[in-house]
Amino acid sequence: MRNDVRALYERLGPLQEKKGYPFNADVETVESLLEGLLVNKERYGYMSCPCRLAVGDRELDKDIICPCDYRAPDVEEYGACYCALYVSPAWNEGSLPRDTVPERRPIGRLPY
Amino acid sequence: MDQPPVKLYALSTCGHCKHTKQLLDECNVVYDCIDVDKCDAEERQAVLDEVRAVNPNCSFPTIVIGDKVIVGYKEAEIKEALGL
Repeated sequence: MRNDVRALYERLGPLQEKKGYPFNADVETVESLLEGLLVNKERYGYMSCPCRLAVGDRELDKDIICPCDYRAPDVEEYGACYCALYVSPAWNEGSLPRDTVPERRPIGRLPY
Repeated sequence: MDQPPVKLYALSTCGHCKHTKQLLDECNVVYDCIDVDKCDAEERQAVLDEVRAVNPNCSFPTIVIGDKVIVGYKEAEIKEALGL
């Protein structure tokens, strides 16, 4: 794992777990998604969701800045956020089906 | 059986898109892939119009296999649409 990714992993992991949102236990998936967050931080100046297309305008992208506005309802309903970066403890224990999480962002919110 | 044309609209940073690409590569599928986040402004608009025509949510991955559209990394559906 790259140093900058590891630093993000070690900073975000405990912080978000305390809030009830542990990382996906699949470290490879988390590593790839954290890399995506750092790419977007470099591109836009903020960690826009790696699985959604940002437009580079913080105001228009604010609902998809990670952790996005949709993490809570997605983890509540599916046990995972849209990217599967953050999950519920039950999801990690394997006691939930691993369905594809559909896009919850309203079409009206899309700035493109 | 001839493989239907396959077009994948993806984001270079998206985990589900990476899994979709891996699946297609493992199955030796010939496909056209566009990482929309890497398109310049003009190209992006044209590509987004294509995506929106088949997936109003404009979410990724969106994969078109022949005349079938699959949104999200859904391995079983993708394999079925490919006739695998």
